[in-house]
Amino acid sequence: MSFLPPSATTQEIWLTINGVAKTVHAYPMERLLDVLREKFELTGTKEGCGEGECGSCSILMDGALVNSCLIPVLQARDANIITIEGLAHLDRLHSLQKTFLECGAAQCGICTPGMILAAVHLLDKTPQPSLDQIREGLSGNLCRCTGYLQIFEAVAKAAAASEPAR
Amino acid sequence: MTDRLESTIVGTSVPRKEGRDKVTGAARYIDDMRLPGMLHGATVRSKIARGKIKKITFSPQIPWDEYVIVTAKDIPGKNCIALILDDQPCLADGVINHSEEPIVLLAHPDKHALAKAVDAISIECEPLPAIHSMEESEKKTHVIWGEDNVFKRFLMEKGDLDAVWAKAEFIVEAEYTTGAQEQLYIENNGIIAVFDSEAGVTVWGSLQCPFYVHKALVKLFALPEEKIRVVQMETGGAFGGKEEYPSMIAGHAALLAMKSRRPVKIIYDRLEDMAATTKRHPSRTRHKTAVSKDGKILGGEIDFTIDGGAYATLSSVVLSRGTIHAGGPYFWPTVRIQSKAVATNTPPHGAFRGFGAPQSLFAMERHMDRVAKVVGVTPEEIRRRNFLHSGQTTTTEQLIREPVDLSSLMDKSLVQANYIEKKKSFALQNKSSSIKRGVGIATFLHGAGFTGSGERFLNSLVGVEATAAGTVRILVSSTEFGQGTNTVLCQIAAETLAIPYETVEIAQPDTTAVPNSGPTVASRTAMVIGDLVRSASIGLKQTLQMGGVLKETYTPAEFVAACHRYVESNGALRSMARYNAPEGIFWDDVKYKGEAYAAYAWAAYVAEVSVDLTTYSAKVENFVALQEIGKVLHPLLAKGQIIGGVAQGIGFALYEKVLWHNGRMQNGQMTNYIMPASCDLPPIQVIFEELGNPNGAYGAKGIGELPMDGPAPAIINAIVDALGVEFDAIPLLPEDILQAMTSPATSKSDQAPVGVFR
Repeated sequence: MSFLPPSATTQEIWLTINGVAKTVHAYPMERLLDVLREKFELTGTKEGCGEGECGSCSILMDGALVNSCLIPVLQARDANIITIEGLAHLDRLHSLQKTFLECGAAQCGICTPGMILAAVHLLDKTPQPSLDQIREGLSGNLCRCTGYLQIFEAVAKAAAASEPAR
Repeated sequence: MTDRLESTIVGTSVPRKEGRDKVTGAARYIDDMRLPGMLHGATVRSKIARGKIKKITFSPQIPWDEYVIVTAKDIPGKNCIALILDDQPCLADGVINHSEEPIVLLAHPDKHALAKAVDAISIECEPLPAIHSMEESEKKTHVIWGEDNVFKRFLMEKGDLDAVWAKAEFIVEAEYTTGAQEQLYIENNGIIAVFDSEAGVTVWGSLQCPFYVHKALVKLFALPEEKIRVVQMETGGAFGGKEEYPSMIAGHAALLAMKSRRPVKIIYDRLEDMAATTKRHPSRTRHKTAVSKDGKILGGEIDFTIDGGAYATLSSVVLSRGTIHAGGPYFWPTVRIQSKAVATNTPPHGAFRGFGAPQSLFAMERHMDRVAKVVGVTPEEIRRRNFLHSGQTTTTEQLIREPVDLSSLMDKSLVQANYIEKKKSFALQNKSSSIKRGVGIATFLHGAGFTGSGERFLNSLVGVEATAAGTVRILVSSTEFGQGTNTVLCQIAAETLAIPYETVEIAQPDTTAVPNSGPTVASRTAMVIGDLVRSASIGLKQTLQMGGVLKETYTPAEFVAACHRYVESNGALRSMARYNAPEGIFWDDVKYKGEAYAAYAWAAYVAEVSVDLTTYSAKVENFVALQEIGKVLHPLLAKGQIIGGVAQGIGFALYEKVLWHNGRMQNGQMTNYIMPASCDLPPIQVIFEELGNPNGAYGAKGIGELPMDGPAPAIINAIVDALGVEFDAIPLLPEDILQAMTSPATSKSDQAPVGVFR
């Protein structure tokens, strides 16, 4: 580990991932993205740009939508993390996972986990969003395949299915 | 609409085969794969565009014994990336021809340790003068490739052009340019390689064409074909960008694996992927068109030039497609099309959806609007007077046999867009508004499959097999990267075999397990490979029927029972199908004449734009995409292809600009290379027409590339309509509009000179 400053040591970090309490030994400035993918083998969270532009690494941290490539793992201490792996219950897909399939909202699939989490976050805050609110809610997530319109349909369909609001 | 077949599976929107894995995060992409003892690899690249390598210095601050180091000397076979010509080295050896050219490879167990080591290697060079533009390349101030900087030329001639000029009422001349465009798949390139002295080289990766990588590795390692294995992982977007460059990365990872005898993973970060890998070829098209008094094209000269970058790679083929599409969907009684791909000292440009056609069609469709203005008719009228009709021939003298009616396609799209009324009302509103609105159209065609004799050379082979349990498996090297290969091919097999879609699966592309069905490019998969899957499925059914285990008509349960009985007594059940060129197809590779493509898809797109004269930003407000694609195999996937292509076309027209400095990309980040985001997409109406196609599976034509061709010219034509200023270069950014609107040359005359009147 010749590249790390001598003072860098790992720390024990406690956090909850997809409802399960976890502990990890990590350098404080390691990216949460890498910790999730490499230490917890939750590879559904994807890296697209490494600088918070594309949103492929989006996760929910204490209910907020964040780019996990920009979060040092220390910042996630005691946090409640939801990744794409935490959405389906056993064999039952989350309503957004279903509507993404039904509406053709996933093509190559690389932006899909982040996009779905952005949509979960949007519907948590705004259960019945307008089209403009959907566009705005997904504006931090880039998709090169779909041209977005079928993603908007998927979000609107999931919202309609969940009426009345919880 | 042709509806000859009672389709129950083909033509319906069945669930995407790998869809569930994609929405749950279970799909396995290359970066999700880890092997025991795996090292991470990195590439040391040139920072200059051209020069001679004098010395490679390794800084003493790095413990180099921890690293695996590979240079050109370690290559066991030929130092090249075999593709069409073998001119591109795998690792630069003494000479540098473009920035970001790979020179040294490093591997280390810790990926964070690699970045510092890459920076600690300095490449001392003697710089040589470099070529940074097509114009410099043409002037041959320095010869950087071959004898004259030209990778490839084409000359296509139809009729006696020289006799035409004297007969013309109008001669319209103009020049059009398009910029480089990054494919910007969201998953960066990546490969994992393993080397074994017995088994040879195995690579897994994000890639489009397993057998292209295979061919390159055979040559690079001088190993027999059976000692190279290439496996495609789930691929997070490609768009042509993973057609040829994965061969380079696979070579690099495999060289490091050979030297270290450990698995090696190379995953590019965004900056490296954008700066070093291929982009769409920049282009320049010059039109000189002879037009009659009543607006009929009499003939013309088209000069099409593309910037190939430093090595030949695929430029000759991109040039070919661009050349053949340069005349658009119009009837040219005579034409002379000259084209060339020239060398510059930039990283090689390569495949990107459309493959030369979006470039030359941008010019053609802008030019038609200009011709309309000169003649004094509307853009739709000039097109109507010049459309190709059934019974006429294209610029390659290919006879149009199908009953395509482009005027009626265009009229439908105009009605859907409410074009005539909008054009009128915008003209009125624009007089008193700082937001100027306009509408524009583009009509175009896209040839599906390899050009001319290309499919015959590919000689694609596919297989369909069935297990004793009655599960059918498709064996092809055709890859899924979002466009729907898995789903559509399984639909075709299920339809042909009259069994449920759920009982058909497709093998993971692995060169040791599937036959070579050619590359997944050129809008060929649904049409050409789909038809081979249909043939192989028919063969499978006939094997069962001739074996006496299956009746002429049967239920799915009887099919399962038949597979069981057949496999029990014969061991295996497999049917293969090889490409057979349609009869009566003629192509002359020398004169570039004949049947260029087995099928053309036809389209009419209408864009509505607004330009805010406070910010000078242009926005697409509405879009209509109408196309005839033979047969819609899967409505949802087909619609997704069109919308996604239109989105990339909007980026090509209005946002995506590669900034070059001394042959290096300056904005290789998503922060400063701007692609359309969720707020940038207008409502898009997608309309399909179906004429069928005797050469495609269930009547399908290719559609993957088509939607990339039309948006840019339709949008720019709409901006010209809104502002009354001619724009002939894309990308067209707000600063370009500002400059044109405020420069004295433009404001003096409300119409820029648009042609020469005779």
